[in-house]
Amino acid sequence: MIRIEGLSKSFRRHRVLDGVNLAFAAGERVALIGSNGAGKTTLIRCLLGEYNHEGRVAIDGRSPRTDRRATLARVGFVPQLPPPLRMPVGQLVAFAASLCGTDPARIHAIAGRLGLDVTPILDRPFVRLSGGMKQKVLIAVALGRDVDVLILDEPAANLDPEARKTFFELLAERAERSTMLISSHRINEVATLVNRVVELDLGRVALDDRVADDVSLAGVLACRVSARRADPALAKALAAWKFRDLGGGVEWEGEVAGPDRLRFLGTLSRYVGIVTRMSIEEDGR
Amino acid sequence: MSELWLAARLDLAESLRARWFAVYTLVFGGIVALLFLFGLTESRVLGFIGLSRLLVTYIQLCMAILPIFVLITTVRSVAGDREAGVYEYVLSLPVSLSAWYWGKLVGRYVAVFAPVALAMVAAVVVALVRGIPVPWGMFGYYTALLAAMAWCFLAIGMLISAVARSTDVAQGAAFLVWLVLLLLLDLILLGVMIKGQVRPETAVAIALANPLQVFRTAALTLFDPQLVVLGPSAWVILDTFGAAGYRIYGVVYPLLLGLAAAAIGYRTFSRGDLP
Repeated sequence: MIRIEGLSKSFRRHRVLDGVNLAFAAGERVALIGSNGAGKTTLIRCLLGEYNHEGRVAIDGRSPRTDRRATLARVGFVPQLPPPLRMPVGQLVAFAASLCGTDPARIHAIAGRLGLDVTPILDRPFVRLSGGMKQKVLIAVALGRDVDVLILDEPAANLDPEARKTFFELLAERAERSTMLISSHRINEVATLVNRVVELDLGRVALDDRVADDVSLAGVLACRVSARRADPALAKALAAWKFRDLGGGVEWEGEVAGPDRLRFLGTLSRYVGIVTRMSIEEDGR
Repeated sequence: MSELWLAARLDLAESLRARWFAVYTLVFGGIVALLFLFGLTESRVLGFIGLSRLLVTYIQLCMAILPIFVLITTVRSVAGDREAGVYEYVLSLPVSLSAWYWGKLVGRYVAVFAPVALAMVAAVVVALVRGIPVPWGMFGYYTALLAAMAWCFLAIGMLISAVARSTDVAQGAAFLVWLVLLLLLDLILLGVMIKGQVRPETAVAIALANPLQVFRTAALTLFDPQLVVLGPSAWVILDTFGAAGYRIYGVVYPLLLGLAAAAIGYRTFSRGDLP
């Protein structure tokens, strides 16, 4: 699906990508990780046909640079930082839908599944939305059409746990037929989403490895947490995960999306002195 | 709808929402309103009275304001969008670079020309209501001249935006271009000619290549067909073009110059890194 051969990119004398060779097949979910300056964003921009470069980049045999329309029509992209678009949400959705040949209603529907009702905000400038709302709109634009490749740059960073759960479900629905490239600074943010990890370091591929693919993207974990005593900070953290208080703030119950398990454990680790017992059961739904 | 019109509509809508557009519209609408308010149509200068007097004054003011306004607002928003990451996202959508660039140019052209032209139309409407005679020939030519001027400086602005990698550089370059063209109107040309460092023909050629000078001279030809105020250089202009020929040159040259600038801008934009 994606073939990268001898990809190099320099900005003035600084070489950001240095002879990258990679190939991604349909159905692969790839974590693209690396520290700041490793070359992740540059690689993504080369894949989107936005940078000139040495070497060859092809998506489904076509160059995203010279054959933009046909190639990018099959690529969905969610940037890490939402662009400061002044246009209203309705205009953004209509513009993207027209270019991508999709029905705006599909984009609205995806946003709805993520917990964002687009109708009341159609006239609101995109730039005035909250971080989470912007992210949901961008995800809806990327997923509200038929794509073969999804390029996601820290896509779930601004989403609440409920929206993350839906987001993982949406990815699961496309997992079989799409190639997903998920960029992140840290592997633990995306580890449970992917079946392959590519690490970039100083513009070169430092690691390219398959990972166990046992975590279902659409899976749900039933969780129960017991605390030594009621604690407002723990209560707030668990409430953010939509956990239910079973009594006195010491017994909590809720559901966590399968791919979110590391993040949830990370949240819980901050209260390790208070938590006396916890259980996680797969297929909680 | 074609991609080009989608891009044009998007840019036009962006411009209509922008603060610069409100100020821009207010300035040109305000000029016409003030000219009426201060009774310019009732005063007589060099034999001009009524709407012709107003139009002459209006086009002189436009020549002073419009180029720098168009240059700065264009480079600020186009280069600014690229710097802010708008291009990274929008150009990840399946839009061809030619449709995006030329669509943006079309949308922006409507945004910069419409207020200037509408202010003139408003002046004509007020004149008709008040029973002031309307010089239709002058109105038509000045409208064409302003259309050509807006196109020329918009295209130069797009070229600068395509070449410059940051808003600051683009803004500085735009200001420099305007300043050089302004200085070449009189100051530098007169200076170098007085010092005898260039031949008069060279100075006239520079003046003919300077779009600001071309607009000024073309506007002059309507109320000073012999170009008396230009002195001896009028002979070169009138011998080479004739009064009517120069009026045509005054519209066609900026259009071609703008087209060349826009084409070079597109070539630079489409062959470089986009975000």
